[in-house]
Amino acid sequence: MSKPIEISGLGVDYSGVTALEDVSFDVNEGDFLGIIGPNGAGKSTLFSCMLGLNTTYNGTVRIFGQDIRKSRDALKKLGYVPQQMHFERNFPVTVKEVIRMGLWHGINEARVDEVMRELWIHELGNKRIGELSGGQQQRVFIAKAIVNDPKLLIMDEPVTGIDQTSINLFYGILKDLNFNHGITIVWSSHDLDAVNLLASQIACLNKKLYFHGSADTFFEDEDLVRLHSEGSMHLHMNTHPPDANTKLVTNAASDNLG
Amino acid sequence: MRGCCIVVFEILAYDFMQRALLTGSVIAVLCSVVGMFLVLRRYSLFGDAIAHSSFGGVALGLFLGIYPLWMAYVVSIISAILITRIKERFDISGDAAIAVMLSSGIAVALVIIGLSGGFSIDIFSFLFGSILLVSADDTILVLALTGSILLIILALFRQLLYSTFDEKQAKVSGIHVDRINYLIIFIAGLTVVTAIQLVGVLLISALFVIPNVTAMMLGRGFQSTVIISVVLSVSCVISGIMLSYVLNIAPAGSIVVLSIIVLGCVMAAKSRGLLVWAQTK
Repeated sequence: MSKPIEISGLGVDYSGVTALEDVSFDVNEGDFLGIIGPNGAGKSTLFSCMLGLNTTYNGTVRIFGQDIRKSRDALKKLGYVPQQMHFERNFPVTVKEVIRMGLWHGINEARVDEVMRELWIHELGNKRIGELSGGQQQRVFIAKAIVNDPKLLIMDEPVTGIDQTSINLFYGILKDLNFNHGITIVWSSHDLDAVNLLASQIACLNKKLYFHGSADTFFEDEDLVRLHSEGSMHLHMNTHPPDANTKLVTNAASDNLG
Repeated sequence: MRGCCIVVFEILAYDFMQRALLTGSVIAVLCSVVGMFLVLRRYSLFGDAIAHSSFGGVALGLFLGIYPLWMAYVVSIISAILITRIKERFDISGDAAIAVMLSSGIAVALVIIGLSGGFSIDIFSFLFGSILLVSADDTILVLALTGSILLIILALFRQLLYSTFDEKQAKVSGIHVDRINYLIIFIAGLTVVTAIQLVGVLLISALFVIPNVTAMMLGRGFQSTVIISVVLSVSCVISGIMLSYVLNIAPAGSIVVLSIIVLGCVMAAKSRGLLVWAQTK
């Protein structure tokens, strides 16, 4: 069976400014991949390519074996939770109606109710989406993303602007989706503690891919974690493809991740 | 009360009033449903721009000896697509693109009217509507068009709602958002010209915007809000046409004034906290 994500030689330029350069990695079924990197590292650009929103890039992006530029069928197996939904606060739509938008084929009320119970939003079904708190809204958007039973869930900094209690509940839900439901998750975050808690794999990005490997390898390297936390890590990626190994060479004189 | 009933029966006894009430109600339904998508997409003035452009089409049709409404349909759809293309291609803001098209339509109409030395038919009926003059053929055309447009909206409801709610998310869900956007514009063009018969070019936005803005303060979900909007709009159109008969005033004016009164009442009730289910400020 094809891997959920295969990225090879991905490069993106915006008017001559490099956003991503020669990024290659795979995501295996059941992985919980945390993508970390500073602001402007190209995380959102990477997500745009994976989601088929940006199609002007070099290299290939395959979702479940399909080139996302040639076929959008793979999107049916994918759920997406953005950093923030851009909707009018007074948009007249209930929580249930928002979740129904995620259904590809017809209305399945039983499935909508099931997902709402799983995400602890079953009592909010008839409320307007604009009435909810940020944490509740984010749970609704996860419900919308998973109502169609996706095999892959992509989330771009999904807890931005959400209170800590909601974040903790949110992380519990993600762990459950990955561990108990077998959904592959790709998730970008600035919160290293959360990444350490949840992710099985880590990709460290700053226009180039500087590290891709197990979370254990990343967090066992105290220097790497400390330097990343300080936001001033200087890394030099070795010349091997990053998905071929998890080696990483730190070099204080090289590219600035921060 | 008895007097009111007599007046209603008197009104309903006339063929032209029956046609006006039926056609007006159907147009009200169409404008409410299509207008909801336009309002939520921040295209509230879009209807106005297309209507003004179509006035140029009416004048052109009269000048060329073609049935004015057919020419208005063609010009309105071309204008609708032009507004979108200008906005996309030249990175002009939506309101500026609308302003350009809005004034162009009227200007072209004025030039054509001037060149032709005036028309024998009353072109002002297109400016202010002429619902009392609709023929049986007009009614059939409006019914057929409304039925077709509502069927398209029903068939593509999820795509239309999702792309209105969040374009980016809709794209990720595999919806062809660009095609949906053009479809909405196309439908809006057809709806505007159809509605010109009811309220005319100058008051067209009222039918698109006022019932929907009112309903958004009363409804909770999308479907309930659309239903409220349709009920309000049809009520105002029927009451407005009847009122115009009784008071011998222009139906377009009474329809829009009634709509504004309903909006004002809902706003007042909401500001006094009487609408407990109303959600947000």
